[in-house]
Amino acid sequence: MTNEPINLTIDNIKVTAKQDTTILEVAKQYGINIPTLCELEGLSSYSGCRLCLVEIRGSTKLFAACTTPVTSGMEITTNSDKLKEYRKITLSLLLSERTHICSVCVANGNCELQDLSNELGVDHVPFEREWTNHTLDSGHNFLVIDRNRCILCTRCIRVCQETEGAHTLDLKNRGKDAQITIDFDALWKNSSSCTSCRKCAKVCPTGAIYVDDDFISKTKDKNIANFLLKRRQL
Amino acid sequence: MDKNKKPTFATVWLSGCSGCHMSFLDLDEALIEIANKVQLVYSPLIDIKEFPEQVTITLVEGAIANEEQLSMIKKVRTRTSILVALGDCAVTGNVTALRNTEIDGDKKVLKRAFIETSDINPQIPNEVSKLLKKVYPLHEKIPVDYYIPGCPPSPENILYFLTELLAEKSPQVEKRTKFG
Amino acid sequence: MRLADIQKIAEIEVDFQRAYKYRINVCCSSGCIPLGAINLLKTFQDLVTEHGVIENCLVARTGCVGTCSVGPVVVVEPGDYIYEKVTPEKARKIVIDHIILGLPVKKLLFENKTFIEKQHRLVLRNAGKIDPYRIEDYIASGGYSALVKCLTKLSPQEVIDEIAASGLRGRGGAGFPTAKKWSFVSRAHGSPKYIIANLDEGDPGVFANRTLAEADPHALIEGLLIAGYAIGAEKAFIYTRAEYPLAIDTLKKAINKASELNIIGKNVLGTSLNFDIEIRLGAGAFVAGEETAIIASVEGRRAMPRPRPPYPATAGLWGKPTVIQNVETLANIPLILQNGGAWFSKIGSPNCAGTKCFSITGKINNPGLIEVPMGITLREVIFDIGGGIPENRSLKAVLVGGPSGGCLPDILLDLPIDYESLKTAGAIMGSGGIVAIDDQSCLIDTAKFFIDFCVAESCGKCTPCRVGLVKIKEIFKKIMQGEGKIEDINLLSKLSTFITETSLCGLGQTAPNPVLTTLRYFKQEYVEHLVDRSCKADKCFKENKGVNIN
Repeated sequence: MTNEPINLTIDNIKVTAKQDTTILEVAKQYGINIPTLCELEGLSSYSGCRLCLVEIRGSTKLFAACTTPVTSGMEITTNSDKLKEYRKITLSLLLSERTHICSVCVANGNCELQDLSNELGVDHVPFEREWTNHTLDSGHNFLVIDRNRCILCTRCIRVCQETEGAHTLDLKNRGKDAQITIDFDALWKNSSSCTSCRKCAKVCPTGAIYVDDDFISKTKDKNIANFLLKRRQL
Repeated sequence: MDKNKKPTFATVWLSGCSGCHMSFLDLDEALIEIANKVQLVYSPLIDIKEFPEQVTITLVEGAIANEEQLSMIKKVRTRTSILVALGDCAVTGNVTALRNTEIDGDKKVLKRAFIETSDINPQIPNEVSKLLKKVYPLHEKIPVDYYIPGCPPSPENILYFLTELLAEKSPQVEKRTKFG
Repeated sequence: MRLADIQKIAEIEVDFQRAYKYRINVCCSSGCIPLGAINLLKTFQDLVTEHGVIENCLVARTGCVGTCSVGPVVVVEPGDYIYEKVTPEKARKIVIDHIILGLPVKKLLFENKTFIEKQHRLVLRNAGKIDPYRIEDYIASGGYSALVKCLTKLSPQEVIDEIAASGLRGRGGAGFPTAKKWSFVSRAHGSPKYIIANLDEGDPGVFANRTLAEADPHALIEGLLIAGYAIGAEKAFIYTRAEYPLAIDTLKKAINKASELNIIGKNVLGTSLNFDIEIRLGAGAFVAGEETAIIASVEGRRAMPRPRPPYPATAGLWGKPTVIQNVETLANIPLILQNGGAWFSKIGSPNCAGTKCFSITGKINNPGLIEVPMGITLREVIFDIGGGIPENRSLKAVLVGGPSGGCLPDILLDLPIDYESLKTAGAIMGSGGIVAIDDQSCLIDTAKFFIDFCVAESCGKCTPCRVGLVKIKEIFKKIMQGEGKIEDINLLSKLSTFITETSLCGLGQTAPNPVLTTLRYFKQEYVEHLVDRSCKADKCFKENKGVNIN
């Protein structure tokens, strides 16, 4: 494979990219904003939220910007009317899935789901809500998980496994019943693998995992995974 | 809208904390400006009992939680040209709808409010309108023309919305406000 | 054992079988066993001993004959007389009349000529004919001769060329050209290379792959060996589900036997080929049939799909180049090598060579497992082979391709069955499920049934599939409770298209197919439900209003 730069266009802007970079990475370099929720720099890509879908000329399919590598001559559209509408549907689906009530949420004002809904113009949820009622696990000394606010982006699972190396968190069940689980379905206070490092709370895009008695604006740290990754590579 | 006649204007208060109305009142001096442009025909702020036959703009605060509110909002809808869901309760159900997370939430809230937390003579009153099994945001029961999310929406956003609407533009309030 | 020994085994076995005048094949597959097939096998063995014809008549345990609705099924050779619903009493009659007196018992025979004649059994060539537990039986019917041919006469590239000439396409549903997949992997950098046989049939009402594994495990093993030789892989995994105990048992015994004879293992048949096969069991999730989910599951992780690229051909199992192939595709391989790609390419339709196995179920007279040439019409499958609709009812729709297939109306009955035609019509080949739906069925109810299935089987990874399908289900629930609005038609259509276009894997991308096709071909039925509140099949509007059904 050669290391020659790749030329392509994103939203009619001519851009140059290195081999093996994703559409999302290139767009970011050129200040083109593609909305994401599950993607986080420094962690593996998950491609679950489907917000970053883009169009590529010549294909009727949509491509997840976070995982699709750029190739020479690609003509990418990140913001067509269809994509805008689809992103609104995706956000609405996420908002309807569990009990998201911003006004009483610890993350109100510091929530990526809330911000994106605002940014992309979701002013109501056209689907019936599920009104889930999962039990709050607040037994840990300071870490709290409220699964009613979880959007299953799995950032916490990935940061726990890939950055912290603890693999305390994982998924259980499937489909709409999928849940973040601690060890083998333990309460957090009983976890034998959790190092209480708080990284899960730092990367959680909503108020699903948070640090009790801490200002959420101080807890959240989207750069933690990337920062540690870079430092460890030094 | 008829240019010669001031558009009629109403506000409705369903199940909400009245915070959205407070926010509306917080328009302060801008209220005078609005008052010059519209004719206020119905509101919890004024003493008119029956919702008028023909209203141009109605702001609705609160979610639909009981049978009376359901029939009220249906009436309001048929009599209103532009119906606006004002605030998170009207838009999403918000705190009012928290009882939806419980099975038999309607019974549980009544029990909590009138029995468990009652100091004297605990009993569930039967003269109030029957609660619906679930609480609904407006658009699940009637068509809504505009949504102004927020808990409450800021006075600035309400003012922006009304000013644009009264100038016969289509306000794009969704980029300014957010849930919560 | 050496290469030439295969031929010797075949000769000895053929001589052994020739000594018998008759052969009684008792179907002992998952369909017939619950109906008493194992006891029946014993009964026949006792009967031939009792009547002193044991020297004359071989009683064999076999896999599925295909006429699953009339089990237990027994086939008497020569002449392939199929006896249906055989009981111990009938067995006695068969032995006395047919075996001793040479008079087939006409009134006990399965009489449906077209069921047999319209089929073209290649993959199922040995199903119901050989004893799956006896490797000699497979070898006598020409088994492993293709492997010997490959190892002695053909280079790996020539094997791939032969497959290319055959025009064989993946039978797992998407129809990707097999030779192309093999070339990618054979050229891919990285070693070792792997093969995964996909035996994870998750669709309700589909049992073709299971039946194949139960009836002819060695065809699968031989297919894997040839694939391994062609692409340079030394390790294969057969991925199946724990719910297939008989298939697993049959495969395990077959693998052990093949190892004993040095057909798999180190230096296969004295050549330089090393090849090993391992069975991996999944916990039974529909999504685990998706190729990247299989990889995750074989690696020991949760069966969740991941985005492609990278494709498994370049970075599959443990990041190594991997061929993932449906077992039906693999079972075709030995035949193609035996008879040549050109021979194979003439079977079926021009751009879609070969045959396809279908599990036909639903409101149909002869449900069962069939194999037909590609390009056959749905009408032939439903009416000629399937024997039409029971109780003189009429056919309303045919669901092709399993739960994420499409509901096609009777006006499309003359549609030829191949990948492209089905796709144009809104259905998919899928894993080969065909469900006949009669005029007593409500298609709203049917579409909801399949959406329910996909809601339960969604892995939960991507938003559109996990949440979107639930919303579709809720809309259906409302329609069936009489609370639907006419706008729901547009909402269903919009949501379905959204889920199709935005989902991560094939499950989500195809799950709305039953909705989209019923909307396309049976919109009137939705209108009747939504406007007139009428359900002609009388399936809907039965729940009390306001009561929450789940």
